[in-house]
Amino acid sequence: MAQPLPNHEYSKYVLETKGLGINYGDFRAVVNVNIPIKRHKITAIIGPSGCGKSTLLRAFNRMNELFTGTSIEGKVLFEGENLYDPAVDPVEVRYRIGMVFQKPNPFPKSIYENIAWGARIHGFKGKMDDLVESCLRQAALWDEVKDKLKQSGLALSGGQQQRLCIARALAVQPEVILMDEPASALDPIATLKIEELMQDLKKDYTIVIVTHNMQQAARASDYTAMMMLTDRQTRSGTVIEYDDTKVIFTNPKDKRTEDYVTGRFG
Amino acid sequence: MKEKLANPEYNVNIQGRNRGGLIWQWIFQAFTVIGIIALTALLLNIINGAFGYVALEARVDPATLAVDGVPLQDQNKDQLISALKANISIGAYNKLEKDKPFAKQSAADVRQLILERVVRYDVKKSWTLWESITRANKIKTEAAESYPGAKLEFTSWLTPDFIARPQSSEALTAGIRTAILGSLWTILFTLLIAFPLGVGAAIYLEEYATDSWHNRMIRTNINNLAGVPSIVYGILGLAIFVRTLEPLTSGEIFGFADPSTANGRTVLAAGLTLGLLVLPIIIINAQEAIRAVPQSLRKASYGIGATKWQTVWSHVLPNAMPGILTGTILAISRAIGETAPLVVVGASTAISFDPSSPFSKFTTLPIQIYQWTSRPQDEFRSLAAAAILVLLIILLSLNASAILLRNRFSRRY
Amino acid sequence: MLGTEIMEQQKKMSLVSSMEKKTSSLRGRRRVGETIIQGLLFFSGFVSIFTTLGIVYELGKEALLFFQMPEVNILESLTNTKWQPHTGNFGIWPLVTSTLMTTVIAMLIAIPLGLAVAIYLSEYATPRARTILKPILEVLAGIPTIVYGYFALMFMTPLLRSIFGRDVVEIYNTASAGLVMGILILPLITSMTEDSLSAVPRSLREAAYGMGGTRLEVALQIVLPAALSGIAAAIIIGLSRAIGETMIVAVAAGAGPNFTLNPFKGAETITGHIVRISGGDLSYDSIDYNSIFALGLLLFMITLTLNIISQRIVRRFREVYE
Repeated sequence: MAQPLPNHEYSKYVLETKGLGINYGDFRAVVNVNIPIKRHKITAIIGPSGCGKSTLLRAFNRMNELFTGTSIEGKVLFEGENLYDPAVDPVEVRYRIGMVFQKPNPFPKSIYENIAWGARIHGFKGKMDDLVESCLRQAALWDEVKDKLKQSGLALSGGQQQRLCIARALAVQPEVILMDEPASALDPIATLKIEELMQDLKKDYTIVIVTHNMQQAARASDYTAMMMLTDRQTRSGTVIEYDDTKVIFTNPKDKRTEDYVTGRFG
Repeated sequence: MKEKLANPEYNVNIQGRNRGGLIWQWIFQAFTVIGIIALTALLLNIINGAFGYVALEARVDPATLAVDGVPLQDQNKDQLISALKANISIGAYNKLEKDKPFAKQSAADVRQLILERVVRYDVKKSWTLWESITRANKIKTEAAESYPGAKLEFTSWLTPDFIARPQSSEALTAGIRTAILGSLWTILFTLLIAFPLGVGAAIYLEEYATDSWHNRMIRTNINNLAGVPSIVYGILGLAIFVRTLEPLTSGEIFGFADPSTANGRTVLAAGLTLGLLVLPIIIINAQEAIRAVPQSLRKASYGIGATKWQTVWSHVLPNAMPGILTGTILAISRAIGETAPLVVVGASTAISFDPSSPFSKFTTLPIQIYQWTSRPQDEFRSLAAAAILVLLIILLSLNASAILLRNRFSRRY
Repeated sequence: MLGTEIMEQQKKMSLVSSMEKKTSSLRGRRRVGETIIQGLLFFSGFVSIFTTLGIVYELGKEALLFFQMPEVNILESLTNTKWQPHTGNFGIWPLVTSTLMTTVIAMLIAIPLGLAVAIYLSEYATPRARTILKPILEVLAGIPTIVYGYFALMFMTPLLRSIFGRDVVEIYNTASAGLVMGILILPLITSMTEDSLSAVPRSLREAAYGMGGTRLEVALQIVLPAALSGIAAAIIIGLSRAIGETMIVAVAAGAGPNFTLNPFKGAETITGHIVRISGGDLSYDSIDYNSIFALGLLLFMITLTLNIISQRIVRRFREVYE
């Protein structure tokens, strides 16, 4: 094993944020977040719309950098290493921490190619056919598409497309999968399938999911982080409470959390 | 970090991929730079041709025309007239008097005639700007050796005189006045045809015709017409406006024209042809402008009980006008630069009088450039370069005003 | 109860009918004006149809006259390699090969450069670079073709002659004209390609970046293929433009039909020929006159077909994303 990088910090968690703040230019979208993401567990980020949930999620794989003018304060540790260290190339980060988006966005290529592309650009040395099959099986899509791998990914239904996107993310064998409201564009049946899938996936991967559907968070996640705006003026969001999901939904410590999960507001 | 991220099944090779990315980025940038270089080369090439040394040899030395020690530049009109009379034949003098009586001409005009008819400078050789700057001494020795009787002058072919003088077959006295006026007259008729028809069609398509089959047919038709090569419009103009409608375009039915010399190759025919050519441009731009008018404005007008036309005339059109005007300016820019259709329609090759009516024969600035470029002598190429500079300046001002208009227009919202 | 209801109804009806009376009298007055104006506008809309019909009719009519002339027959046109109407030779090949050569050379320049500039603008350029580059492209697109013609003759030809030798490159040659035509068409291809690239939804790019793609990989392997039909449409339009281009070839490519595949020799294109013939003395219904229409019809049909194909491709492309 090689020497750890100079700013290695001890962390027993897969991901951990320390004093994380995210700015768009002068606007401080997210401030002072300190939460852990635990290995092989599902962590949900909930909160009213506009409080910075997606922004926080995207900080985990440096996707915010696709916009110009973003900057962060604090650190995001991945296995103890700061993701935002200047020596780290965001391309590396994103292939270990994958992402599934709100609206399914398969590439306009065949189903096979959708999955193979990611593996190929990262120089996958094994047998591609096996990898494609394995990913589709893990995404519970194999049986439905095994005869039409050459068909366009866009020809599938919404729910199938989203599972294809999950399979695609799995193709580069990430450690963490970030999901940004993955089921909000889908019908209830497809949503349930995705939630079942998540339970299967967490055996091998760590999952962080942003959702505005509280029932989904309560059903599917192990840990929950509650986000809210710090105050009306600045419109900066922060995590006001992080705990076991059962605790958040039955016996939250913060009054605002309680108001939100009982539906009194939001 | 790299160890944490490494997975033996993948050969991630981030560095290699980034390097590849950088190389391609340089390639793309290089190609972009080539485009910029091309434009610069074009402009420099033209400027290069429009200025430079010229070896001029006079057939009659102007110094010999001095009267009582007064050189040619300082002589008054009467002295000039007597000098002219003394040096050209009676017949030529009388013809000049008939074309334009000397009483009506200015001293400058007469001086010009003397230069043209008596002194008659001949361009022995001309050099480009670059040559003139870098090889000045060599040029001077060459001129002294090969053209001993000539004087070497550094001229700018682009002068205010150049713009004001009419066309002539002598390079030194040729100007683009005839061509510019021809262009202006032609554009006038182009606009008279294309603007009302174009805006009318746009109003029809956007306000009156619903998504019916004939509406869609017109729209596809306009899109197709926009892609037809301009020379085809010229051929169409030749067949219809010049030939079939000759009585109209030559002015015969209005009694304007002399039947022996009149034909349909007039400003009117040219304007009609170009009008059809730019019609799709005006229609498409006007459509966009009208479409951009907010629906709330129309609803407010209908709500007070105005009819469709009243709404269009009083509310939609004024609101869309900046956009429509921008489109019109673009159409004019296109029309001013068009050469091929007008050559086919029949621009005149050797006219020197200014157009005075829609039924006049005509030439335009781009056609003048074409003719000069096609001549083998160097000096005509220099004239072409100077004329191109004028054309580019005109187009630049037009486009600048279109951009200004567009900015003011978008600022409103 | 019922009485008041009936009264209410009657009141309403009288109101409506009185309004109707008012509007019907107004309607009668304004209707005529409106109809006239609507008619005029309808006419304006149809002028464009008249133009197309006019083109087809006139070109077709005179072209028919041309083909009906005893000296002319289609088979001969397709097999002869000489175009000299006065000696009875009507082979279209000299003009067509010259047009093809200038077009191919132009596309060899315009496509790679056009695509590269478009990719640079769309995926790499900073907003500041874009504000400099886009006006330059617009200027290039707005320069009249006669100016490009001058440039081809006075710059490109001497350049080619100094590179390849004065005895290899003639003063009039299709290479100069083709190269400069490429510069003319470049802005067209760039702007249409850039539009197609921007039309690729951002979610696609995000998905690709999210998987750890580098900028180049995302641009060339995901965005470019997704925009392929738009790019194909751009190339076809560029082709159409090159085929119909007149002044550059008229000035620089050569005066006189010449059947040759050597780009360094002069050869007249279809458009150059039309312009030269009409610039001279032309009597109506002479064989030269009619040949203009036949050639014009050929040109029109080729460019129209290309444009229609391009529009179909764009329409299919738009369907995929909407």
